[in-house]
Amino acid sequence: MAELSYREAVAHGIAQEMRRDPALVMLGEDIAAAGGVFKTTVGLIDEFGPDRIRDTPISEQAILGAAMGASMTGVPVIAEIMFSDFLAVCWDIVANEIAKSRYMTGGQVSFPLVIRTANGGGARFGAQHSQSVENWAMMIPGLKVVAPSTPRDVVGLMAASVRDPDPVIFFEHKSLMAGKAEIPDGEIVDELGVAKVVREGTDVTIAALALMVPRALEAAERLADEDISAEVIDIRSLVPLDTKTILDSVAKTARFFTVEENPRLCGWGAEVASIVGEEAFWDLDGPCVRITTPHIPLPSAASLEDLAIPSADRIYKTVADSVDSRSG
Amino acid sequence: MPTSPGDGQRAVLYDYALREPRLPQPVDWSLSEADIDIDTRIGMYRKLQELRQFEKRAYDLFMQNLVKGTSHLSLGMEAVATGFALAMRPDDYTFATYRGHAHSLARGMEMGPAMAELLGRENGILGGKGGSMHLTDVSKGMMGSYAIIGAHLCIANGAAWSAQMRGTDQVAVAFFGDGTTNIGAFHEALNMAVIWNLPVVFACENNLYMEYTPIDLITAVENPAADRAPAYGLESILIDGNDPDHVYLTAKKAIDKARSGQGPSLIEAVTYRSGGHSRADPGKYRPVEEVEAWADRDPIPMYHDRLLSLGTPEGRLSAIEREVAAAVDDATEYAKAGREPGEATLLTEVYADGGSAWRN
Repeated sequence: MAELSYREAVAHGIAQEMRRDPALVMLGEDIAAAGGVFKTTVGLIDEFGPDRIRDTPISEQAILGAAMGASMTGVPVIAEIMFSDFLAVCWDIVANEIAKSRYMTGGQVSFPLVIRTANGGGARFGAQHSQSVENWAMMIPGLKVVAPSTPRDVVGLMAASVRDPDPVIFFEHKSLMAGKAEIPDGEIVDELGVAKVVREGTDVTIAALALMVPRALEAAERLADEDISAEVIDIRSLVPLDTKTILDSVAKTARFFTVEENPRLCGWGAEVASIVGEEAFWDLDGPCVRITTPHIPLPSAASLEDLAIPSADRIYKTVADSVDSRSG
Repeated sequence: MPTSPGDGQRAVLYDYALREPRLPQPVDWSLSEADIDIDTRIGMYRKLQELRQFEKRAYDLFMQNLVKGTSHLSLGMEAVATGFALAMRPDDYTFATYRGHAHSLARGMEMGPAMAELLGRENGILGGKGGSMHLTDVSKGMMGSYAIIGAHLCIANGAAWSAQMRGTDQVAVAFFGDGTTNIGAFHEALNMAVIWNLPVVFACENNLYMEYTPIDLITAVENPAADRAPAYGLESILIDGNDPDHVYLTAKKAIDKARSGQGPSLIEAVTYRSGGHSRADPGKYRPVEEVEAWADRDPIPMYHDRLLSLGTPEGRLSAIEREVAAAVDDATEYAKAGREPGEATLLTEVYADGGSAWRN
């Protein structure tokens, strides 16, 4: 066992895969000698050298174009887009080229590539460096979408993403970077499309992603004090989506809540809630309830950002009120 | 508000009626003396005929409403695809735009599956999922036709980078039009290719029009690619894109340079689109004398005459024309005989497992 921070786990996970596959390369801005602006790639240049850990200009289209061209011609690639907000400047290559080319060519090309990017708020960076854009990626056929919430899952899901033959968007959460946890020794390899029940409960199901997972867990502790037993599911992978774990949980608890950092419209929870509504309607004792950031650009001031993004307190109150109104 | 003397001038430039026609420059015949063996030249003539006759047939099938959607033909521009294709190794990579029929055939895509794809048939090269704007045949090094211009220059860099890492000596060639030189990805790709010394060749087919608009009216420099090359430390290369020999020799030099580890090149080949931008465009915005002058510089009759002057018997050339015509007829029949694709393939090949499942 070793204790690693989330940011250290990123480098640990990449190193695990680069040792396994000598063909694997990585490129991005400031990732080599500088170790990444979030210090998620520290030490990789020393072990793997500048041919495999490549610094690039501020040219997101050139970065992802290079990743696409290399991966479709036999070289697996990890590309870093520094902030997930910056995906907007290279979205053509993500959404129109990487995602669609396999289908458009009748399966002639494959893209074994991972696009890592720092996602989410809490760092007071304002509206262009704080967004949760997992729903942008989730809605594009052809992509896979992953967002780990713990250091251990960073390593396991990184391995799964690198080994997956399809393009994976890998969201690393900025506000989880400093968190530490014990990581088992040896190789860790997870499977995409497997959600995790991180707390068992019997009264309500709360599904959450990334930074919202620890907040949902904190809310669940407080709900327990009110004799409300909350089951918390870490979604982990939006595409493929483990609906079975969610539907099984709802069959047991009969209430369903999502906690989403993305702004409300078309957030991932809307899709998941619609699946629960369609397929578990007769299991439910109340409406599906979504707890989200409002439909606003994220503000910079600490007080405003904290009001915008779902807090443990807001999750607790929303769930408690909803259960109360039902029983009362 | 700042003013500049250029403001008034610019307003005049946007008036199409006052615009001078862009006439072709005289051919540099000294190049025809260069050492290109007769087999290569005959091969180029056959390829020119294939591209021309295929595109004309594609146009006819549109008029018969057998081809739906849109298409962007390379009629008049065949010398660029031809000259490059003959200079490339079979394992080199081609990346093209939506105007990609010629580049696909030039690399060896079979005419039947190509035509069937235009007709949206099951026996199309892409099973009907891509269509005219996305022709791809990885088995021939044709790595795709990219319908949103710019990205594929960056993607070609990736293929070149991969070849560099794998040590295969392969070269990637990205073809694009003059319009592409004004999108950001062009500049990102050029810069990265130079700093990484990538084995890639950027081939700009300057057909003088960005879709419907004369390129000179919307570009800061006269030669949209060649004049920008020095900004990336590259040689400024401007060639006659209607002369297959000129294209072939220039392409060979640039490809050899890339293959030997000496980095990228940017080539601007000036040519002319004899038709409109796409199926929907009759191209009426072009001065008549300009269209006529370029028709006199049609690469195919010019090359035909050159081969005759070099001693090739007329019969050999007419035999090629007949063989190609028969091949285009066969391709048309193959395409028409294909079934329309159905539900069996609608949901396949979204993911590498062959399907489109996104949940359990």
